[in-house]
Amino acid sequence: MNELSKIDRALPWMLVTPALLWTLLFFVVPFVAMALLSLNFQGEGGMTVSNYSQFFTNPSYYRAMINSLEVTGLVTVISVLLAYPFAWILAEQIPQRLQRLALLLAILPFWTSYVVRSYSWLLVLAQNGVVNDALLRARLVTEPLQLANTRTATVIGFVHFFVMLLTLTIFASLKQLNPSYRKAAADLGAGPIRTFIYIILPLTLPGVVVGAFLTFVLAIGDYITPQILGGNNELLMPQLIMMQIGRRGDFASASALALILMAVVTIAYIACARWLKIERT
Amino acid sequence: MRGYMRFFSAVYALAIYGFIFLPVVVLVVFSLQSTAFPIPPFTGPSSRWYEAVLNDPRLTSALFNSLAVAIISSVVAVALGFASAWSFARFTLPGSGIMRGLITLPLTVSYLIIGMGLLVIFNMIGLPKNLLAAGIGHVVINLPLCFAIIYSQMGDHQINIERAARDLGATEWNVLWLVTLPIIWPAIFASLFLSMTFSWDEFVISFLLTRFDTTLPVEIWNLLRSGLNPKTNAVGSLVFAVSVVAAIILELILVRRRPA
Amino acid sequence: MTEALVEMKNISHSFGRVSVLHDVSLTINPGSYTVLLGPSGSGKTTLLSILGGFIIPRKGSVLIRGVNCTMMAPAKRPTTTVFQDYALFPHMSVGNNVGFGLRMKGVIKSERDRLAHEALVIVGLPEAFRKKPHQLSGGQRQRVALARALVVKPDVLLLDEPLGALDLKLRRQMQDELKAIQKQVGTAFVHVTHDQEEAMALADHCVVMNQGRIEDEGTPERVYAKPATRFSATFMGESTLIPGEVASVMNNAISVNTVFGTLPIIATAEEGAKVTLAIRPEHMRLIRDSRSLTFGSAEVTAVIFQGSFKRVVATSTTLWGPTFIAKIPATHDVAVGDTVTPCCHIEDLIMLTK
Repeated sequence: MNELSKIDRALPWMLVTPALLWTLLFFVVPFVAMALLSLNFQGEGGMTVSNYSQFFTNPSYYRAMINSLEVTGLVTVISVLLAYPFAWILAEQIPQRLQRLALLLAILPFWTSYVVRSYSWLLVLAQNGVVNDALLRARLVTEPLQLANTRTATVIGFVHFFVMLLTLTIFASLKQLNPSYRKAAADLGAGPIRTFIYIILPLTLPGVVVGAFLTFVLAIGDYITPQILGGNNELLMPQLIMMQIGRRGDFASASALALILMAVVTIAYIACARWLKIERT
Repeated sequence: MRGYMRFFSAVYALAIYGFIFLPVVVLVVFSLQSTAFPIPPFTGPSSRWYEAVLNDPRLTSALFNSLAVAIISSVVAVALGFASAWSFARFTLPGSGIMRGLITLPLTVSYLIIGMGLLVIFNMIGLPKNLLAAGIGHVVINLPLCFAIIYSQMGDHQINIERAARDLGATEWNVLWLVTLPIIWPAIFASLFLSMTFSWDEFVISFLLTRFDTTLPVEIWNLLRSGLNPKTNAVGSLVFAVSVVAAIILELILVRRRPA
Repeated sequence: MTEALVEMKNISHSFGRVSVLHDVSLTINPGSYTVLLGPSGSGKTTLLSILGGFIIPRKGSVLIRGVNCTMMAPAKRPTTTVFQDYALFPHMSVGNNVGFGLRMKGVIKSERDRLAHEALVIVGLPEAFRKKPHQLSGGQRQRVALARALVVKPDVLLLDEPLGALDLKLRRQMQDELKAIQKQVGTAFVHVTHDQEEAMALADHCVVMNQGRIEDEGTPERVYAKPATRFSATFMGESTLIPGEVASVMNNAISVNTVFGTLPIIATAEEGAKVTLAIRPEHMRLIRDSRSLTFGSAEVTAVIFQGSFKRVVATSTTLWGPTFIAKIPATHDVAVGDTVTPCCHIEDLIMLTK
């Protein structure tokens, strides 16, 4: 125990280095490269913030951020409002032995590829798709509605995914609640409604907030759903970024936009962490 | 009052289930379409589009590519993740907190940005767009996950078990093979499975970093260029079916192993 | 005659096929401190849950102040429970926790806070009002749980092994406080425990339960001095047990045949009945004196030092003789392997017919 051989001392480092190296080479370095590119770093000390200022001055650029925030906010709120009662029903109203099955069924469509899932919504919402077909047959409309290639379609596509995700997380949160709390609340005179309002809801709120944060982060950085379902009428940030890379090969601009997006996510993260900390004390 | 609750709950739950399954049902039903458009009316059932998929060399090779990338990148991610997690948990290394934070950092970053970054530096050093590049990207996104899962299982009681083994004369190698791995294998298995799932379905990084030989999600995306096509339905349904079957097999294996 | 506060009549209950309570009847009087004492599986916690309204019994009824409450939900019953894990709401302050029951009753905030303060003073935690449960120690949380249950002025307060999670010293302290609070507040307490010392310290009404039945019931002094059954004699304290058969009965003067000859005892029994004679360890002596009944000789197999006394275990040298358990002052010198002569005074013999 006193004299460690050379191998013994080097062993921990030998095991840790590969992971560290990989992260440094393929995550940190690209990040730094992107940051430098975004500042138009020319090597002789020529740096400009033109790519960033362009974001604030060019309407089609900051418009994309506003669209992203609006859509993501809407998706988060709607998904939480739809998922919570659903998770609650799965956790409380369904008999215990069926709960696992019910939950599994609720998240089954997770197993379709993400691209395919968005495509499926395109099928459903297309002008000659299933929804319009049904509406026409029921004579609720005389002409097919423009559902696909709209913000609505993007929102629906996102909500579909995140309702499943949030149902999972909120279900877990509800299940983890100590049953003694419910007994105590009942003992002290609270019926099922008041037990929910005063005890269950506040105690599951942190889990909901974490799920909402996850929703926000994943949605705002997603390229696939808005591209397939929203079309090019209204651009969201990921689409704008991809456009810079694809069409114009303008990596500097794209990098700047990507870092701005990251900054927004970081702000959301800090706000969330703060709120969770306050909840604790 | 209870009765009303039950009724409304049932209605609401069924509505949500309906919403959740709607696109999947449409996907599968119209994969059996016999005409060329996956839209109502349903003119099936016909297996022509499944045949078309299986006879399409681009799709079948993309499928193999996806499998290969998923397996290889996941194995690498798990190996790196396990080695470092074990090391951090067993030894006190200076700056351990910072290093651990660094390894888990990519979890917080959007795949789009990770892919972009890699594209930028690969451009700089002249690495061509191919499956290897995509595979590297997949390791970047899965390594933090594997690390986090395995590290969380290296608890205190683990340490004591290993101490007991060393006390009885086992070398580090013995401890690793005969004690640690057998106990920790569920975490390893879980992270392998999750990594493969994420890699298999991953689009953005593969899209940015491959050109000719590509993965299945990217190939499906290419199919979308040609508009609504039952072929896409067919390949989507196939992927779905395979995933569900794999998940069921997994459930059965895990349920058998663990004395419930 | 004061009317009974709680009457539990012929309660039977089972979980699936397993029967946990067999035809149990219990009466609780106002202002009493009842302790349900028994090992795990005795049904004591189930009985408490039935009283609290968390379980509806398969058979039998629960009357509180003459009202049939058998099917009533916990919220509607005039009982409150202190749970084993305290179940303090982690997201509310101590003050709001204590005031929760009042809030459910519609009491306004200022009044709630005032009553909550009072309750916290009674349990000795006036300064904890604004704190959160996770900032308190185990013992403090227990007191808050007590305050929360008391502030709604229930007819009966139910406690489910409330002191189980505390260390010995804290437990003793809390026992004193519980007794004092009960006396101060005057509410009837029903307290479940497996610790016979706790039962003896707190109860004025001790109920010994075993395998879903009540084995013995009465004041701790009586239950200890004159246990009704073998189980009671060995669960509430220890005993040396000598089996025998009743040889003759003359009024209440009985002769019992045992391996040590015929022993006299004042009790009630039938001729020929199989009985057990029990002797408490503190009445067991190891050195003969002229007044005592003698039980042959025995070899000491264990001497356990317990601070103020020594617990001595000795095996009888007489064939079919019992194991003797005696408590002797710590200053006496006894060692393993010594031969001793167990004996006791006639009046210390206890007869058990069950």
